[in-house]
Amino acid sequence: MASAATPIISLNGVEKSFGAVRALRGVDLACHAGECIGLVGHNGAGKSTLMNLLAGVFPAEGRIEVDGKDIASRYSVATAQAHGIRCVFQELSLCPNLTVAENARIMHASLRGFGWRKRAGKLILDKLDEVFPGHGISASDIVGDLPIARRQMVEIARAFSVTTAPARLVILDEPTSSLDAHLASQLLAYVRSFVAKGGCVVLISHLLGEILAAGDRVVVMKDGKVVVERPAADFNRTSLVAAMGSVAHDEGANAATADTKRSETEPRVRVAADRQAGGPELIAHQGEIVGLAGLGGQGQSEMLIRIFDAAGKNARNVTVVGGVALVAGDRQTDGVFPLWSIAENITISSLRRMRRGPLIDGAATEAMAEDWKQRIGIRTPDMNNPILSLSGGNQQKALFARALGSDAQTVLMDDPMRGVDIGTKQEVYGMIRAEAEAGRTFLWYTTEMDELKHCDHVYVFRDHHIVAELSRSELTEEKVLHASFAEVA
Amino acid sequence: MNGSVLSARTLRNLLPALSLLVLLAAIFYLQPRAISYVGFNLMLNLAIPIAFATIAQMCVITVNDLDLSIGTYVGFVACIGATLLSGGIGALPFIKDLQASGALPATLPWIMNTPLAGVLVLLMGIGVYALLGALIHLRNLPSIVVTLGMSFVWLGLSVLVLPVPGGQAPGWIKSLMTLKTPFIPFPIIAAVVIAVAAHILIMKTSYGAVLRGAGGNPKAIERAGWSLLKVKMAMFALAGFFGMLAGLSLVGLTTSGDANIALRYTLLSIAGVILGGGEFVGGRISPIGAVIGAATLTLAGSFLSFMRIPPDWQIGAQGAILIIVLALRTLIDRAEKRR
Repeated sequence: MASAATPIISLNGVEKSFGAVRALRGVDLACHAGECIGLVGHNGAGKSTLMNLLAGVFPAEGRIEVDGKDIASRYSVATAQAHGIRCVFQELSLCPNLTVAENARIMHASLRGFGWRKRAGKLILDKLDEVFPGHGISASDIVGDLPIARRQMVEIARAFSVTTAPARLVILDEPTSSLDAHLASQLLAYVRSFVAKGGCVVLISHLLGEILAAGDRVVVMKDGKVVVERPAADFNRTSLVAAMGSVAHDEGANAATADTKRSETEPRVRVAADRQAGGPELIAHQGEIVGLAGLGGQGQSEMLIRIFDAAGKNARNVTVVGGVALVAGDRQTDGVFPLWSIAENITISSLRRMRRGPLIDGAATEAMAEDWKQRIGIRTPDMNNPILSLSGGNQQKALFARALGSDAQTVLMDDPMRGVDIGTKQEVYGMIRAEAEAGRTFLWYTTEMDELKHCDHVYVFRDHHIVAELSRSELTEEKVLHASFAEVA
Repeated sequence: MNGSVLSARTLRNLLPALSLLVLLAAIFYLQPRAISYVGFNLMLNLAIPIAFATIAQMCVITVNDLDLSIGTYVGFVACIGATLLSGGIGALPFIKDLQASGALPATLPWIMNTPLAGVLVLLMGIGVYALLGALIHLRNLPSIVVTLGMSFVWLGLSVLVLPVPGGQAPGWIKSLMTLKTPFIPFPIIAAVVIAVAAHILIMKTSYGAVLRGAGGNPKAIERAGWSLLKVKMAMFALAGFFGMLAGLSLVGLTTSGDANIALRYTLLSIAGVILGGGEFVGGRISPIGAVIGAATLTLAGSFLSFMRIPPDWQIGAQGAILIIVLALRTLIDRAEKRR
């Protein structure tokens, strides 16, 4: 038997890389029975990777001990479940085509044989009654028909429900993102009672008020490492934000200083402020690099798409002057044509300028491809090689070449540097700067603080609205974080 | 608000049955004598193999795949049923040729005549289906391409087994398929049994929930610790099993085999699933609806004959019926969304 002092699970120097990106660089974490751990950190700090790892979704290097036994090599979803480690993922993991009861059965392999449906329904409804009294959900409801808040409630209740394996450690990733204040407080109250009965909860949330209210201990992650770990009582909102941001300012060298005066001329892009929520309007002038900041998925990508769609049209609330090109963030799905050559991938946006009658002018496309190979430094012996022969960073360079090679006056960038190595990043930053000085406008959605330092002007998004506007001289990590994390809910 | 959403859902679920009733009413109006014991026997005979094929297709659609080889597979099973399953290896035409030329003796040993050879081949067919499921899952291949390729394999094998139409269906299948049941015609009883059995298997069992869940959100199933490989293999094996039943029931009706006997089944089965309320992706399927859809498609043929529409036009007219029903479904969906 594990003694009370043995943690349910403890990680020791755990590392995880996805290609060139090191998501976790040596994490130490121990989860003990009877505590609630608040886990916070900015985007890309490694929170989601950490929780997937705890759930056994993918393996990692390092030492993972469950109940004091090292099982790093054999850790899997099944082991996690057998030891009572459960997860509520941020993107919902319910099957929309099944009923609430059937979804409970998916999680509990022991619900089988005659009458399993009735038992599954009772199991999930009892737990729902316990966590969210007055929830109004029936066991035979099809999950796809439920509104998102109720789906979230079902998933949370399912994670806490118990059949053969106990529920000892439950990891909640942004559990309140779609719950209203009343439901969120019901959940936090349940978390406290679960912890009081000897369970353990890891709570990931960007609502710092929740973390401070429900957590016993706060763990702050940054750049794939745990940087601060202290009792929640030692923190307040300000000190927590400070802990997330102001650690290790390694790249302060290129800190831009002079605040360039915003031009008074007609802007290239203007998005009117949201009438209900208020807030500043978004403006981008010629030659400016405008950053869209905030946590991931707060409406920045949608804003870029809105601007892209509005180009050349008479859209409401959005005015765009000149052509627009988009550099996609998700290379594999939105960016490259995987079966085409590098040259074809670069020239596709500019083909209209390189025609001979109805045909493509081969010489012109080749010249353009070679030109960009030199200018942007794509490392390949031959531009006619397939695009997938390039490394991720060089593929991204090719996508930049596509956008910069077109005659678009405005370039929209949807977090394009995801998974790109630091050397390539520096090259591309330099190029963006040079292009901006030549008169191009850039709108740059990024979740990395270092990239915002390259911007002339930054808008911070939260909940699909612009909540702050920072000029270059005002820009500090702390201000961005303050604006990104909501006031106590 | 809850009540109105529910009613739209019920309406949607009832749509397959309603279309069948409308069709029956139209047939009754055109030809009252068709609505009788003999009439139903004649009209719905062929609905049994189509219903089996539709259930087979539904299994594959549940896990977001499509089986384009079901038609030729059913034909292959029919050929096996008319040869190996009735007379063993000795019933194969080329063995008979060898006997006629004197290369083989006129009386063959037991091992050459046992129907066990047929049973073995049919089991191997189901095994091949399970392996296809594994291949599609492991190599992440599009099922359309794999099954399209397999359709030529099945067709080629059937031609090898039976170069020209012929053979003899086993007597027990023939007598089963021409069973005279009291009061209610056999095809109707068979359809109800198929529908209920498939419903229990897919919709009611606890593993059935996992199988359908794999169509709705494969990632969630995997995260809950289930093997998607096993799910895919199980669903494809089930498809192979129901496809086999389709082929056997078909050969029981036609009494002889033919490689090209069921080519239309591929599209009929897909149409049957969709007509019965299923959807191509998302694991939303209905076994009872699928059987009703198969019956509707079969009756549509009779209905068009009663309308004196020449057979050349019948496939087009069947397509028109399909489009009308799907359009109705879309209308219901849209009304639901607007609310």
